[in-house]
Amino acid sequence: MAELVTLTIDGQEVAVPRGTTILEAAKQIGKQVPHYCYHPGMSSPAMCRLCLVEVEGAPNSMPSCVTAVMEDQVVHTESKQALENRRGVLEFYLVNHPLDCPICDMSGECDLQDYVHAEGRDRGRSDEPKRVFGRDDFGGDVLFYGDRCVMCTRCVRFMNEVEQDQRLTVVERGNRSVIDTFFEEGLEGTHWHGNIVDICPVGALVSKEFLHKARAWDLERTSSICPSCSQGCNIELHTRDNLIQRIKPRENLEVNGWWMCDFGRHNHEWVNRGGQLEDPLVRGPDGVIGAAGWRDALGDLLQHVRGVGGARVKAVATPFASNENLGTLAELVDALGGGDMVYRSVRAEDEIVLKGFPTLARRKDLAPNTSGAELIGFTRVGDDQAAGGLENIATYDGIIIIMGDELSDQEANFGKEAALFVYMGDQQSPAAENAHFVLPVSTFAEEEGSFTNVAGRVQCFSPALKASGMARPAWMILGALAAELNKGDAPRSAADAFSSLASRVEAFAGITYGDLGTRGVVVNETYVLSEN
Amino acid sequence: MAYPYVSDLEVRVISKYFGDPGQRRIDTYVERGGYKGLQKALGLEPDAVTEEVKASGLRGRGGAGFPTGVKWSFMPKESIRPHYLLCNADESEPGTFKDRELMRWDPHQLIEGCLIGAYAIRAQHIYIYCRGEFFEVNQILARAVEDAYAKGYAGEDILGTGTTIDITVHQGAGAYICGEETGLMRSLEGERGEPRVKPPFPAAVGVFGMPSTINNVETLAAVPHIILNGGEWYRQWGTEKSPGTKLFCVSGHVQKPGNYELPLGFPLIDLIEHVCGGIRDGNELKAVIPGGSSVPLINAEDSSICTLDYEGCVEVGTMLGCASVIVMDHKADIVKQVRRMVDFYAHESCGQCTQCREGSAWTARILRRIEEGQGTEEDLDTLMEMTQQMVGTTICVLSDSVAAPVQSSIKKFKDDYLALIRGGERVGAA
Repeated sequence: MAELVTLTIDGQEVAVPRGTTILEAAKQIGKQVPHYCYHPGMSSPAMCRLCLVEVEGAPNSMPSCVTAVMEDQVVHTESKQALENRRGVLEFYLVNHPLDCPICDMSGECDLQDYVHAEGRDRGRSDEPKRVFGRDDFGGDVLFYGDRCVMCTRCVRFMNEVEQDQRLTVVERGNRSVIDTFFEEGLEGTHWHGNIVDICPVGALVSKEFLHKARAWDLERTSSICPSCSQGCNIELHTRDNLIQRIKPRENLEVNGWWMCDFGRHNHEWVNRGGQLEDPLVRGPDGVIGAAGWRDALGDLLQHVRGVGGARVKAVATPFASNENLGTLAELVDALGGGDMVYRSVRAEDEIVLKGFPTLARRKDLAPNTSGAELIGFTRVGDDQAAGGLENIATYDGIIIIMGDELSDQEANFGKEAALFVYMGDQQSPAAENAHFVLPVSTFAEEEGSFTNVAGRVQCFSPALKASGMARPAWMILGALAAELNKGDAPRSAADAFSSLASRVEAFAGITYGDLGTRGVVVNETYVLSEN
Repeated sequence: MAYPYVSDLEVRVISKYFGDPGQRRIDTYVERGGYKGLQKALGLEPDAVTEEVKASGLRGRGGAGFPTGVKWSFMPKESIRPHYLLCNADESEPGTFKDRELMRWDPHQLIEGCLIGAYAIRAQHIYIYCRGEFFEVNQILARAVEDAYAKGYAGEDILGTGTTIDITVHQGAGAYICGEETGLMRSLEGERGEPRVKPPFPAAVGVFGMPSTINNVETLAAVPHIILNGGEWYRQWGTEKSPGTKLFCVSGHVQKPGNYELPLGFPLIDLIEHVCGGIRDGNELKAVIPGGSSVPLINAEDSSICTLDYEGCVEVGTMLGCASVIVMDHKADIVKQVRRMVDFYAHESCGQCTQCREGSAWTARILRRIEEGQGTEEDLDTLMEMTQQMVGTTICVLSDSVAAPVQSSIKKFKDDYLALIRGGERVGAA
């Protein structure tokens, strides 16, 4: 623990470790000093001059983002001097800003809007002609509107310091200075450039994918975990009209800092693609499969299960499933007398490490819960394209349960011999032609649950979308069956399913769903993915 | 060949050989007593050299007037890291032309001063950051450095004392802001020439992250004389707080503009009347900018009582700066002059700090409008209030340099503005 320094900010005493900046110290007492160029994940040039605060005894206002706290310092963030500076700086920003908020994607979540509304002049005094830069395609997913830029250079510093691939720079000087790319390819081929759109405090850098898709105030924001690799980046799903409109990173210093990769950011169309399974489908005695309600479907399924009895179960799950879903599946397999549990997953050739935050990488393992699957007792089969490995299951004559794996590489005669073939998924699969039961389950975006990331951190996500039709979380369906077989209680929530998992699997013992919070909890033992 | 104008009132210490191309040759320089100061310094402890400069009371000639010896003493005494001496030869302040002359006529005097300074601060490398547009000066300096190496005054084992000091002449690329010390260091490092926040100060973290000291050309040019003759000797000129001599670059509406070396504390009015032969065509004095375009201008009344030393200028509300005296007679268009200065600063702002980037360009636009007869009286209030936001709020003082001429001219020459405003009607006024 570093030595503490006590100072007074706006009449409130606060003790922070030596070396803390005034801006960060103010955050501790809930004071947000307006700022643009400062970002906790990068160096501070102290050039926006918006965060100047009055420090008693100092001849001039001090930039709070780089000024370290001192013992007995008295700081005023809302004194006349500080407010006048902010009012002045904000007016300067608007001298050349186009004020095109009605057509700007940033509108509604823009720092310039917020600050000017809060502390700016009600109108600017400049009626001189404005300087015009126009629009520029920066390559990748980024469009640049030079006129809106406040020259905080966060984007330049992100590329230089965090991604460490120098693609952006400031050209010219004075009020002719503008952000630009070095060469025609711009940001093309970089893997983390989506973050510069997030850290742009105004609408100068916008996402092409999100361009004019939704207004910020129409979006619902839901905390979630990125399902695109085993890093487990904390994200927010921004949704409207029951569709994911965009994904933004959510701060978690233990996992992803403030960042996420472009691959994860743009990998959400699969959730939006439509055509999802809506009703439970049950094969009747006549061999024809038809829609049924859950009560009938589960009743039939229970009867079937009891009828088959004794045969070992072969279960195929996807590592995209939550700990709760996998745990409940394992519980059901146990209740049925045990069996083989496998999963298949896609692995990329390379890790893409974020050099300036090296604990963050787009992992080789492109599934969010491989660790969870392994800890719960599933074994990996198949190749790095998540194909093959199911040869002895395709022709198995006992109970086959598929959860989430779409079997896209399998033939139509998959499971033809099976005594009972249950297919659970959010999409219909051509290989499920022989299934006795096709049960619609929700995706990660539609349910509550948790993933265990590559470092064994269990992190929970919340439902952002309404599941299609009668789709339900897999734990709810499997849990109801297991409860019937075990004569126990069915889980009524993801938290119930998790506590049942914690009681059965040592790695999760002692952890409750409530403990996970917004930062996650590390499991008792960590599964380390083998490198080959 | 005589230097354009000389005066009997001058005390020529560093400008003694202005106008004499022979002084550029190392042999002539040595014959006339050159490099003796270096020889003497190398025989002393580095700290003794610093003490001597402290005793002389020499103050930075680049504008801020910080005591040179004190600045040197901030350098770490022992360090495993390399130290650097940077010579700021990026002279680009409008109205200033003293460093150019010092380097043009007497390059070895500067090199000797640099070497002594480097020895005092234990630096092994000197960078002379020379303004890019000084083509001739760059050539002269490069030649002089080559000669100094050839004669053993620079490089390894200087004069057999075992001291090694290298000299690099770096040619700038034409940015005024690279004359700001941290901007200069960033430029040397190959980055954009943008000032950075202090602290850390250059003596702790300077160029390439190493302890560095940065001095103006004129400051370093005075050092060999101080070492050779002693600090007390230097104090025979000037005032108690501003000792020594200083080059005054006089331009504008005087009969004999030019560089004059005078003791500090010299009355401004005597400089104009006696040294420079008075105002041109018998006109009346209207305004003086005593320290280069970035200091407030003063009117005739203040000029008559102003003495040219660091304190004397502050007393009349301006600064000595780098002593570039710009004289304007009653026919001068103050608004136009101020607008041209602000245009310069708007063009040269590095663009980091918001106040400077936006404020300087905005100020320039308003001034141009006023000049064209399209101004309003509210514009003057806006200018005053807006430029006040630019004082003391930015990383470097370029922003303050915009405010100084604007505020002082509105305060002291408001009638000039009002005449332009009332003379014409502004089209499309809100």
